[in-house]
Amino acid sequence: MSSSPVSHTMSESAKGWLLASPLALVLGAFLVLPIGMIFVVSFWQATEFSIEPAFSWENYEFLLTSPVTWKVFLATFKYAFLTWVFTLLIGFTVAYYLAFHIRSAASQTALFLLCTIPFLTSNIIRMISWIPFLGRNGIANQALISLGVIDQPLEWLLYSDFAVVLAFVHINTLFMITPIFNTMTRIDHRLIEAARDQGASGWQILWSVIVPLSKPGIMIGSIFVVTLVMGDFITVRFMSGSQSANVGRLISNDIGLLQYPSASATSVVLLITVLMMIGIVLRFVNIRKEL
Amino acid sequence: MSKMRYSRRSLLATGAAVAAASAFPAPMIWAQEIKNIKLRQVGTGVSNLNEVGQKVKEDLGFSLDMTALDSDAVTQRAATQPDSYDIADIEYWICKKVWPTGNLQAMDVSKIKNYDKIVGIFRDGKLTPDSKIAQGTAPNTVGFVEGPGSKKFAPEQTQWMTLVPTIYNADTLGIRPDLIGRPIDSWAELLNPEFKGKASILDISSIGIMDMAMVCEAMGKIKYGDKGNMTRAEIDQTIAIFTEAKKAGQFRAFWKSFDESVNLMASGEVVIQSMWSPAVTAVKSRGIPCVFQPLKEGYRAWGGGLGLSKSLKGMELDAAYEYINWYLSGWVGAFLMRQGYYSAVPETSKQFMDANEWGYWFEGKAATADIANPFGKVMAKAGELRDGGSFYERMGHVACWNSVMDENQYMVRKWNEFIAA
Repeated sequence: MSSSPVSHTMSESAKGWLLASPLALVLGAFLVLPIGMIFVVSFWQATEFSIEPAFSWENYEFLLTSPVTWKVFLATFKYAFLTWVFTLLIGFTVAYYLAFHIRSAASQTALFLLCTIPFLTSNIIRMISWIPFLGRNGIANQALISLGVIDQPLEWLLYSDFAVVLAFVHINTLFMITPIFNTMTRIDHRLIEAARDQGASGWQILWSVIVPLSKPGIMIGSIFVVTLVMGDFITVRFMSGSQSANVGRLISNDIGLLQYPSASATSVVLLITVLMMIGIVLRFVNIRKEL
Repeated sequence: MSKMRYSRRSLLATGAAVAAASAFPAPMIWAQEIKNIKLRQVGTGVSNLNEVGQKVKEDLGFSLDMTALDSDAVTQRAATQPDSYDIADIEYWICKKVWPTGNLQAMDVSKIKNYDKIVGIFRDGKLTPDSKIAQGTAPNTVGFVEGPGSKKFAPEQTQWMTLVPTIYNADTLGIRPDLIGRPIDSWAELLNPEFKGKASILDISSIGIMDMAMVCEAMGKIKYGDKGNMTRAEIDQTIAIFTEAKKAGQFRAFWKSFDESVNLMASGEVVIQSMWSPAVTAVKSRGIPCVFQPLKEGYRAWGGGLGLSKSLKGMELDAAYEYINWYLSGWVGAFLMRQGYYSAVPETSKQFMDANEWGYWFEGKAATADIANPFGKVMAKAGELRDGGSFYERMGHVACWNSVMDENQYMVRKWNEFIAA
C-alpha cells in the first residue's frame, strides 16, 4: 500500500481544482472574456456605421493626445476624490457612533437597517429626487428665501459640481458605513480600556487605536466608493444638466455614435487607471490578512 | 412567385376583387395568405405608434411589428442588419448615411398611387413653384436615385424613390412667455445675456449644431456657405461662440431626451431653449404657458419617410407597397396632423379631419371649438391659433433641414469638447 498516500494527495488536489472550477468558469466566461474582447476591439477601427478588425494605435493616440481626455479624467478624479472625502467622514462617524455609542446589539442592528432604507428604491430615483428639491424654485431655495437667509435663489444648488458631488455622496455613503462598521464591531474593547488606563485622551484613542484597527474597513469602503464614482455616467449627466463630463459619459457618447473601438480604448484606459488606484490602496493594507 | 400567380388568379375570380385590383397597381394578395404576412418596421419613436399597427391590421389584414429605437440605433440597424427589418422608418439625413450601404431598395413611383399629390418639398424640393430650397439635407436631394440598384442620389425626380415621405415638421425655439414678458423674434435671443443661466440647447450633436448655426447666423457673427454642410473653420467658430457662452454661464442645462426638455421648461429652470413640438404641447397640457416661437430667421425642419429593406421581395414586397399606399391615403396623415406634425399628402388627410381641425392645424385659422389630439386630450380651446400660422406660412419659412455633414466626425469631436468645456 505504498502508493496510497500519493494517490490520496493527487485526488485532494484534483478535488481542489474541481471545487474551484465552477467559479473559474463563471469568471472566465463573464468577466475575463468580455474584458479581453473590449481590449481587442480597442485596436479596431470604425467608420460611421461599422467596425472593422484592425490593429491600430489610432484610438489610443487620439485619446491620449486630446486635451478633452485629460480634462475629463481630471474631472473624474475630482469627483472621485471629493466623494471619497465626504463619504469617508460621514461613513466613519456613523459607523463609530453605531459601534461604540450604541450599547445593545439589537439597537445597533435596528439603526444599521435604518441606514439601508433609502436603498429600497433605485439609486436613479434617489438621485432624480434631488432635482425638484434643489431647483431654482425648489424646496431648498424657497425655504432659504422665506427664512430670509437669501433674497435671490441660489443657482449653484442644481446643475453644478455641487449637485453632482452631493448625489454621489448620498448614493454611496452606505458603501463606506457597512465595511467600517463591520471592522469596528470586531475591535476588542479591552484594547480601548487599556489605552484609557495608560492615560490616552479620547482623540489619541481614536487616532492611535480605532483608526488603525478600522483600516481594512476603510480601505474596502474606499475601493467601493472610488470604483463606483469612476465608472458612473448617469449621475454626472443628470446632476450637472449634461454640462460636465466624466469618463463614463465619454464612453457612453462614443457608444451612442457607434464608435465602439474608441469607447473600448477609453474603457481600457479607465480600467487600468482604476486598477492602479486599487493597487496603491492594497499596498497600504493587506485586506485578506486583516479580514 | 408561383404563389403570386396563384393569388392573382383566385382574385380575378370575383368581380369585386377585379375592381380592387385595378385600383392598386400592385397585384392584390389573397386574403387568406395576407393574414400570415408580418412586416417588421424599425424607426424612431415619433411615428412608431401602436395605433398605426392596429389600424393596419384592421384595414389591410396583415401584421405590422414595430420597434422604436433612438436615431443612432436606427441608423446602425438600417446600415448593418438589412435582414432584421422589412421597413425602415427613418429621417432623410439618416437616409443620406444609410443609402450608400446598399441595404435599402428604391421604390417604383408608378406603384405609389398618391405620388402626384405628395407635397412638392419631397419631389422637386419646392413647396410652391417660386419657393427656394433650404440648406441642409433637404428631402428632395436624397429622395431619388437613378435606377433600382443605384447608390447615387439623383439631382431631380426620377422613377425611383429612396424614402416615401410620411411625417415632417418645422422646429424652432420654445419659450416661456410668462417668464420672459416681452416678444421674442430671433434665434439670437438664445445667447442674450438677459437669459443667463436660463437657456438650454439639446445635447444631440447632429441637431444641436444646426440650432447653434441658426443662432450664430442670427447674431451676425458667422456667415455660412451652407449651414447643413459646414467647413471645419465654420464648425470651430460656431463651437467657440457657444463654448464662450457656456463658460459665461448662459446655459442652465443641456437636454438629451424629450422628457428632460419638458421638465426644464415646466419647472421654470429654463425660459428659452431648443425644443420639439410635442414637448411644447406636453408643457402646455400641464397648464403652463409655453410657445413654440416662430422666429424671423426661419425654422429648422426635419422629415421622415419609409424605406424598404433590400431583402424584401415577393408577397412581402407587395404588402409593403400596399402599406405605403395606405399610409398616404389619409388616415395616418390625419392622425399625425392632430399631433402637430404634417402629412406628406395633406389632401387625403383632409377627408379624415373635420373643418375645425383642418382649419386649425393646416390653414392656421382660429379654432372654432376645442381641438383634441388623437388621444382625446384638449390641445387648444376655441379662438386659439396655431403657433406659426398656416402650413404654407410655416413650411415656407424653413431656413435649414436636419443634415449630416461631410465633416460629421470632426463635428462630433468638437461637440464633445464643447460638453466637456
